[in-house]
Amino acid sequence: MKLFDTLWKDAPLATRGEITPKLGFALTVLLAMVWLIPFLWMVVATLRPASDGINAMAELMPSLKPTLDNVRDAWEIGDFPRYTLNTTIICTGILLVQFVTITLAGFAFARLDFAGKTPIFHLFLMQLMLVPVLLIVPNLSLVAQLGLYDTLTGVMMPFFASAFGTFLMRQAFEAIPTELEDAALIDGAGLFQRIRHIYVPLSMPSFSAFAIISVTSHWNDFLWPLMVINSPDKRPLTIGLSVFTKTAEGTQAWGTIAAGTLMVIAPLLVAFLIFQKRFISSFVTSGIK
Amino acid sequence: MSLAEPAALPVATSAAPRLHLLKRFTSRFKASLPAYLLLLPSLVFLALFTYGAMGRVLIDALYQRATPKAPVRFVGFENISAVLADPAFAGAVVNNLIYAVGTAVPSIALALLFALALARTHAVNSALRAALFLPVLIPMVAASALFLFIFLPNVGLLDYYIGRLLPVLPNWLGDPDIALYAIMVITIWKNAGYYMLFFLAGLQAVPEDVMEAAHLDGAGPYRRLRHIILPELKPTFLFVTVIATLNAVTQVDHVFVMTQGGPSNSTNLVLFYIYQQAVEHYDIGKASAATLLTLAALMALTALSFRTMASREGGP
Repeated sequence: MKLFDTLWKDAPLATRGEITPKLGFALTVLLAMVWLIPFLWMVVATLRPASDGINAMAELMPSLKPTLDNVRDAWEIGDFPRYTLNTTIICTGILLVQFVTITLAGFAFARLDFAGKTPIFHLFLMQLMLVPVLLIVPNLSLVAQLGLYDTLTGVMMPFFASAFGTFLMRQAFEAIPTELEDAALIDGAGLFQRIRHIYVPLSMPSFSAFAIISVTSHWNDFLWPLMVINSPDKRPLTIGLSVFTKTAEGTQAWGTIAAGTLMVIAPLLVAFLIFQKRFISSFVTSGIK
Repeated sequence: MSLAEPAALPVATSAAPRLHLLKRFTSRFKASLPAYLLLLPSLVFLALFTYGAMGRVLIDALYQRATPKAPVRFVGFENISAVLADPAFAGAVVNNLIYAVGTAVPSIALALLFALALARTHAVNSALRAALFLPVLIPMVAASALFLFIFLPNVGLLDYYIGRLLPVLPNWLGDPDIALYAIMVITIWKNAGYYMLFFLAGLQAVPEDVMEAAHLDGAGPYRRLRHIILPELKPTFLFVTVIATLNAVTQVDHVFVMTQGGPSNSTNLVLFYIYQQAVEHYDIGKASAATLLTLAALMALTALSFRTMASREGGP
């Protein structure tokens, strides 16, 4: 009860004696622990030596003789360095091109007046409704026609334009006072100079919010690369993991599967634990994605 | 070409009101040119992969190839009627509806519970929020790899710990009556923390003094929830429901990894059906027709929800 008192110390005085909110809180704590069990198992199983046998595999108590054998096996058998490289190339490539396209388009919507602004804006809005993953069939034939089947560029291309990013940048740019730009205009700065030296540096929080969403979603993409990529050496992490899981499942190598899974999700988990607040606020804005 | 003074040009056009219509149009176009150039990169990719893709779906749905190498042949609505008559598609739609309701309702209810319980920000609650949010970050494929073991018969986590309480051990992913529900558990686990964020944001709009006043008037926690919090959260509910529905159609990677639509089509969902038609049967016509039907349904749903949202904002 002491603990409850400290947790509720800033609740409205009148409601502090109520029991229902505390039951809800207790239930949430319980569920949060259940939510963590798959992660807990993953770590414990990664460190468990194969000598413990299949029947001890589900044991959530860590083994007394932890080993990194599973990590080494997964790293060697699974070709994870290659997959990690491919995923990194895909995420960076998409993000770099997106930065250019969303900055330019965001600026046009925020600061320029032009014929057809509203209809073009609605064209962008439409992309938010048409979830890209549903367009895999037509986009695959287009990528094939462009000669980009089985290339990383083919995986990246459908995401080069981002309506969500454009709206985010438009919002950020609109918040920048025009006086700053006027001053640069008097100094004779061209359009690109003004974007580059005034708008972009002042919008870094929006860029990083967008980067978090973009990288997380493309790091986790599965179906689209599955359709585009054919050669094993071009697989991103998600496909690599699924193929690896299939093979290791046959030999009941659950420790190796756990180690492989851990490797795939570790970069994102570490980034999240460091930049927790940023991740959460970015994901709230991503609702309109 | 000068991109330097975009704002100066429109002024010049309005200064000459008697310009010929065509001339006025060209000068308006010239004034807009810098903006068009800035939009061009985005518009090219949107044209290729969004609008172009839509057009392609429409056209591909009207054509048919007998074999992958055969020439295309116009078949009109044959593909669409073939899809509609395909029992596998009807099965996928029914499965997807069960899946949508069975994942959206529990994950939204849990999200609301989590948000209500963790609304106040302090170290303990932040840690709990982070724990509940972790599954959102990981790829569906990674979640599948973990749950593959959790659902593993006899030696898996579930059977090891709670299976002993059951008289007969169910084969979670192998039994056609259970597999879809097993798949649903993963989705709920993965998404509840995401929806929680929106409820947390929505709860900040609930005024504390109104809550306190309600309490002083004798309203208990249930009545405060029912009459103050829930009405305030209505837009959040609508919004989260739309996202949850979209996710129920699009976020189905675990079906690919864990069950391949089986056993006996019990976990076949619409997107997996489309994938099967396109990649396994090379039937682009049927795949496009199924895509078209799905897109139409989803767009109708989003339009409907946008209208509800707009009318609510415009109303009293």
